[in-house]
Amino acid sequence: MRAASTFFWRRPYWYLALLLVPPLLWFGTVYLGSLIALLAQSFYRIDDFTAQIVREPTLATYGQLVTQPANVDIVVRTVTMAIAVTITCALIALPIATYMARYATGRMKALFYVGVMLPMWTSYLVKVYAWRLLLAKEGIIAWFVGKLGLTGLLDALLATPAVGGPSLSSSYIGMFLVFVYMWLPFMILPMAAALERVPGSLLQASADLGARPAQTFRNVVLPLAIPGIAAGSVFTFSLTLGDYIIPSVVGAPGYFIGMMVYVQQGTAGNIPLAAAFSVVPIVLIFVYLSIAKRFGAFDAL
Amino acid sequence: MTAAIEFRGVSRIYGEVRAVDDVSFAIEPGEFFAMLGPSGSGKTSCLRLVAGFDTPDHGQVLLDGADVSAVPPYDRNVNTVFQDYALFPHMTVLQNVAYGPRVRGVALAEREQRAREMLELVQLGAQGGRRPSQLSGGQRQRVALARALINHPKVLLLDEPLGALDLKLREEMQIELKSLQKKLGITFVYVTHDQGEALSMADRVAVFNRGRIEQLAAPRDLYLSPATAFVARFVGSSNVATAALATKLGFDAQAFAVRAENIMVHGESASAPADHACAPGAVVAVQFHGAASRWQIQLDAGEVWSALVPEDEAHGLNGLNVGARVKLCWPRAAAVPLTEPAASA
Repeated sequence: MRAASTFFWRRPYWYLALLLVPPLLWFGTVYLGSLIALLAQSFYRIDDFTAQIVREPTLATYGQLVTQPANVDIVVRTVTMAIAVTITCALIALPIATYMARYATGRMKALFYVGVMLPMWTSYLVKVYAWRLLLAKEGIIAWFVGKLGLTGLLDALLATPAVGGPSLSSSYIGMFLVFVYMWLPFMILPMAAALERVPGSLLQASADLGARPAQTFRNVVLPLAIPGIAAGSVFTFSLTLGDYIIPSVVGAPGYFIGMMVYVQQGTAGNIPLAAAFSVVPIVLIFVYLSIAKRFGAFDAL
Repeated sequence: MTAAIEFRGVSRIYGEVRAVDDVSFAIEPGEFFAMLGPSGSGKTSCLRLVAGFDTPDHGQVLLDGADVSAVPPYDRNVNTVFQDYALFPHMTVLQNVAYGPRVRGVALAEREQRAREMLELVQLGAQGGRRPSQLSGGQRQRVALARALINHPKVLLLDEPLGALDLKLREEMQIELKSLQKKLGITFVYVTHDQGEALSMADRVAVFNRGRIEQLAAPRDLYLSPATAFVARFVGSSNVATAALATKLGFDAQAFAVRAENIMVHGESASAPADHACAPGAVVAVQFHGAASRWQIQLDAGEVWSALVPEDEAHGLNGLNVGARVKLCWPRAAAVPLTEPAASA
């Protein structure tokens, strides 16, 4: 035992290899291997007559994805929702994260962190179905709005073309509310972590040099919080792009990317098209990150 | 002349702790003023009150004769060099230095010109395009200095600015800071726990202890005639005799201090020189410091005193080892009477 310890102490690379090889093998085969296998499928196509997968490299499936208006609609609808959800989450999260990281102390801080994480500890399905009831035409939200005498306002909102519907639970507005509720913690936590790392002396230095609080926020706090916002937005964006349960339980009948992947690889048996659809979020996140990098979002890292 | 900074009965209380306890003093324009004390003595709290990061619970803080107790930091003509430098990591060195003029609405070309001049002043003209993380500690320190000076403050506050630097660099920066202050003619308030730093640079030093100023005097006076036991120990690393100890040693019941370099170590049987007072004890430790050795002696009357023995006088003490019986003697004139009960330290 002692000899083995000495052996590894004197050879740190062996030690590192021993530590890393098993998880890397697991990570390489199970995560990346299966992802690559999936992506490879998107370069096959399905034979329309036999419904068999033709295992020859082709871009036909991608052609189908980008030329068929129904498929393009799905991508546009999903991306629009993801952008709206991400921006809304960022706007709600910033003040909360700022308070948690910069002002709250002791018990209050613990309370906030637990409060933000608590909803994540319960079943996702329960929450989605609960929201369907909350948002239903006879649900508690409609009832409360009625009590406030604002039913007219809700009806006007639901009459909005494209995003409206017969009730909140069967409209894109309702779906949007559920998405924002579900992913908000994924925005707050990285943002708070980024703000926690900003030393208080930087804010004092900014004020000392003549910056008013709004200037300090814009010039110091926000740039240093941006890596956290970027991390949080990658979560909210990709979670919305890939989710298939929320769009099938709450909201209008239009398909989303996640639902399409589910349907194509399940009932329709069109694995290549499902694979091509699942490539879309990956490409979009890469595009998003490279734009963010170009704008200097990660310079403070 | 109106004082650059004046404290009138200022207190700052955190819960049970009186971080600053009824402090009053005035700093003259153009003065190099040091606040010296151990950590938790209230010196940094006073600095924060001047900068405006904190407001007093009682009393007034005046800048240039005007009460600024309720004025926020961005409206005070005071700038700070922070202990951790507090450079903005997402900006270049030039942008860091240009930040003050930037938030005051100075146009890009002008503020960058001014920032370059400031960088020249601190001998970092070539480093403007780099990030703070690419600089050494000493260079960061200079950037922080340039950034704080670009707004032409009337008062520059320095919070342990050299604490993170190594000894050689620290000594160089001490000389540079002093000459910079002379050149610019602005008031420097320098917070430090290093008595050598305070004594070598400052025109006057305020010694802080437990939220109060124990003594405010020029470095030489502080060193030669400490008013309290705390100052005697902290500034001069003197040996202090409380009134009780003085009585035990056979003197009047009056607390006094003797600096280590005034104490001579003699063999137990040696007779006391004229005009000297002596006390018997035993050697606890001898530390070699180059030009002199520090002898720690346990007095028979209690307390451990130290004597600084120059190398050229040390030969007579050969053979005296730890545990040896000795006699400490000092010229009676070198004993500085302390005005406060020494027990307070």
